[in-house]
Amino acid sequence: MQEIDQLVKMANQLSDNFSFHEDAVDRLADHLRRFWAPSMRRKLSTFVDAGGEGLQPDAIVALRRLQVS
Amino acid sequence: MNHASGKVVTLTVDGQELSVPRESSVMQAAARVGIKIPKLCATDALDAFGSCRVCLVEIEGRKGYPASCTTQVEEGMVIHTGSERLDHLRRNVLELYISDHPLECIDCSANGDCELQDTAGALGVENCRYGTDGVNHQDAEKDTSNPYFTFDPSQCIVCYRCVRACDDIQGSFALSVDGRGFASRIIAGQSDSFMDSDCVSCGACVDHCPTEALIENTLIEHGLPERSVVTTCAYCGVGCSFIAELKGDRVLRMTPDRQGRANEGHACIKGRFAFAYATHPDRITRPMIRQSIDDPWREVSWDEAVQYAATRLRNIQQEHGRDSIGGITSSRCTNEETFLVQKMIRAAFGNNNVDNCARVCHAPTGYGLKTTLGESAGTQAFSSVACADVILVMGANPSDAHPVFASRLKRRLRQGAKLIVVDPRRIELVDSPHIRADHHLAVRPGGNVALINAMAHVIVTEGLASDDFITARCEPEAYRIWREFISKEQNSPEMTERITGVAAAQLRAAAHLFASAPNAAIYYGLGVSEHSQGSTTVMGIANLAMVTGNLGREGVGVNPLRGQNNVQGSCDMGCFPHELPGYRHVSDSQVRSEFEREWNVQLQADPGLRIPNMFDAAISGHFKGLYVQGEDVAQSDPNTRHVEQALKSLDCLIVQDIFLNETARYAHVFLPGSSFLEKNGTFTNAERRISRVRKAIEPLAGMEDWQVTMALSKALGYPMNYSHPAEIMDEIARLMPTFRGVSYEKLERLGSIQWPCNEDAPEGTPTMHVGEFVRGKGYFAITGFVPTQERTTRRFPLLLTTGRILSQYNVGAQTRRTANSEFYSEDVLEIHPFDAAERGISQDDCCDISSRAGNTVLRAVISERMQPGVVYTTFHFPTSGANVVTTDNSDWATNCPEYKVTAVQVSQVGESSQWQKEYRAFARRQEDLLDQAHSDDGRD
Ligand code: SF4
Ligand code: SF4
Ligand code: SF4
Ligand code: FES
Repeated sequence: MQEIDQLVKMANQLSDNFSFHEDAVDRLADHLRRFWAPSMRRKLSTFVDAGGEGLQPDAIVALRRLQVS
Repeated sequence: MNHASGKVVTLTVDGQELSVPRESSVMQAAARVGIKIPKLCATDALDAFGSCRVCLVEIEGRKGYPASCTTQVEEGMVIHTGSERLDHLRRNVLELYISDHPLECIDCSANGDCELQDTAGALGVENCRYGTDGVNHQDAEKDTSNPYFTFDPSQCIVCYRCVRACDDIQGSFALSVDGRGFASRIIAGQSDSFMDSDCVSCGACVDHCPTEALIENTLIEHGLPERSVVTTCAYCGVGCSFIAELKGDRVLRMTPDRQGRANEGHACIKGRFAFAYATHPDRITRPMIRQSIDDPWREVSWDEAVQYAATRLRNIQQEHGRDSIGGITSSRCTNEETFLVQKMIRAAFGNNNVDNCARVCHAPTGYGLKTTLGESAGTQAFSSVACADVILVMGANPSDAHPVFASRLKRRLRQGAKLIVVDPRRIELVDSPHIRADHHLAVRPGGNVALINAMAHVIVTEGLASDDFITARCEPEAYRIWREFISKEQNSPEMTERITGVAAAQLRAAAHLFASAPNAAIYYGLGVSEHSQGSTTVMGIANLAMVTGNLGREGVGVNPLRGQNNVQGSCDMGCFPHELPGYRHVSDSQVRSEFEREWNVQLQADPGLRIPNMFDAAISGHFKGLYVQGEDVAQSDPNTRHVEQALKSLDCLIVQDIFLNETARYAHVFLPGSSFLEKNGTFTNAERRISRVRKAIEPLAGMEDWQVTMALSKALGYPMNYSHPAEIMDEIARLMPTFRGVSYEKLERLGSIQWPCNEDAPEGTPTMHVGEFVRGKGYFAITGFVPTQERTTRRFPLLLTTGRILSQYNVGAQTRRTANSEFYSEDVLEIHPFDAAERGISQDDCCDISSRAGNTVLRAVISERMQPGVVYTTFHFPTSGANVVTTDNSDWATNCPEYKVTAVQVSQVGESSQWQKEYRAFARRQEDLLDQAHSDDGRD
């Protein structure tokens, strides 16, 4: 599996597991900030900018939020 | 002592008045005033048995001569331990023994280490009036079946100590006495050899044998040891304390230390006997370098090797950036070593790309327990299990993986505690001598979260929750939300049955049993953490303990059974890309500034790469250099082909290890490591107990591992100046609030310390979360079930799960190089008879195991331990390629691999897999390249 596919898979897994919370996106963004290396976040952000195909909506929102913060 | 409570009695021994606890024996009472009554069958570690009658005494007002070891004290007793009559009787008894056991001590391997000899000496018995020609056992054949010890019946005095040790301490019930009176003899199993019996080679019988009837083969070969060093086992997370006994530089015996609080004098086959690897000829003791992995190795000086490594790392950073390199340290290394590795990576590499092998085992424990309870650690001391009434063992097989703890646990179960086992396999605990699990919940791999949720659901919806505890100790709002979540019908046993495979009625009964216990304790292992929802299950376990009020005292708690000796320690030491030592996030500027001051560098505020992220980044070409200390990722990590590809992609791989392990075959620099016998340091076991590792022999390669890391750091331009690991521990204590009170001096004084150890707890903390959780109020985390992506299909209809066995350890690098391989010499595939029959597979057939990731070939063992639909293997041997089959699925929160669930198909085949053939060819080629290094040097 390519690195980007792996990152998409991981982000989707986070999205699934946080989906039980009302503040799922906040938690997801916080998790990415606390546990992912900036290089991984950057790659996924670039992927989002290119359309983010296959990424779940919560993950896309969380990554966008990290881009602006 | 309190007379009024009636707990002590006053008596007189040989004219001396004394007060002793009421349950004391006469022998123990006498010992209190320094009177040693001769004895043979009694020993402190075992309950008295009263078979030898050497310990006779006279008690005024009593007829006859009672055995002092089995006679309990009474108020006002007047005891005489020595008289001519007693001496005569004792000598008589002893002479009877000697008639069957001539005192030919000069020729005996145990000369000087034999209680029969000592007792005979004390009583002045030199020979025997009965002669030695009567009926005796002198011709009885020795049992040499066990590779580590010999049983010589001719030296046996049938004192039953071995039988009692096997029953009471080990819990294996492998020995018994056959026959009566003079004809009685010790037998293993049904008169089998030791190897063919249920003996698990723990050595307890050997330790307690007063003669040389049971004796280590090393003593027979080399005589008695001459010096000893107290140290800590380097295998599993029980962290047993040992006395390493040596003659010159040769370790002859590892005797479990009765003062060691983790093991209290007990051991298992690995720590007790499997130490010969430390001096195995495969040890590499000279640094080596090479340009590419197709070049022969070249032996060089330490200076040249570390300079070469540093130059290559710096060149990579210049070309690819500061974050293009990183390091992995190991849970096998000492606290001081792992602390230094993460310090070097943060300070000298200049990034946070540091991880340790807890990533592939207990990272979810860290995440789950920190989130819910506030501290990434087990809550109890091992001894706490003695107060538990109901014990839940989930995804752990302590009989094989944590044997000394298993013995404690079994003792408690034999006393009547109830047992719930949650495991897809019928592990030994489910049905073993004198133990039967009250419930075996044979969960389907992947169903843990659903199962733990269902238990909590029953407890909450049936009014079994411990409301007082929750109100006093937990966050009310989080509890309210969780309660609402867990009460939903979807979490009921009936609704989850389809996922867990566990009948709803049985699950309800188990939940009732757990919730009704005065003290219920949870022990869990990698069967919990190594799943795509490992972190969720850990949080579910913490929820279960909180909702039933089972935290903060003896006999309860959440207890991760750590795989390797220093998993706890390497995590404590901050060997994670997101946390500094003491589990403090790298983004915390205040914490960072403390480290920056101490280390005089600036630290990165963002997390680095975790092990699997490093591999992915290596394959995509922007991670280029890796330092691996004491870890064999090529064998231990999942999806072997992916790992191999990553390692091949690196421009510089530096491996520091005692053997040229599988990972080192891809390395450019090899730095020889030192075994636990060759260095100073500390390990922290699964109960947070910090114990000393003490140097017994000089490092074979001339440097201890912490010195190697220091040398590399210096070559990178960041010198460190420690003259002893004690100084590293002082730095750790300065930087970590939970270690503030730890020092080598205190460890010498107390023997071991359970952290937190600081101003609030100067002697350490056996039980955590007493009165309050580390995070303040306990947090009920939502644990929604998300099925793993690894599904069975028509193409891959079976689920493969992995584990370990007793005699081998992890990747087997150590145990494979000992006689333990006589117990288990290959990884096999366990398969249920039904699944085997369906595929035409018979016992010992070669089977192909294919998954979406890859395939390998193993021999089949047909076993009803498995449930239909689930197959099982271990990963102790590199050629097995078990991890060629496991996938790159991982825990959602921590990336801990999902070793426990792989969808596979199994079929009968005639030859090895393609990977196995390639592996053998590659391994042979690498061995040739190693041989060339030796022959260049004039060695062969
Ligand atoms: S083997 Fe040793 S411990 Fe066992 S009965 Fe004989 S003398 Fe006692
Ligand atoms: S070695 Fe251990 S298991 Fe084996 S007979 Fe002795 S006490 Fe029992
Ligand atoms: S139980 Fe673990 S620590 Fe103890 S001797 Fe066995 S392997 Fe070593
Ligand atoms: S020591 Fe008391 S009967 Fe053996």
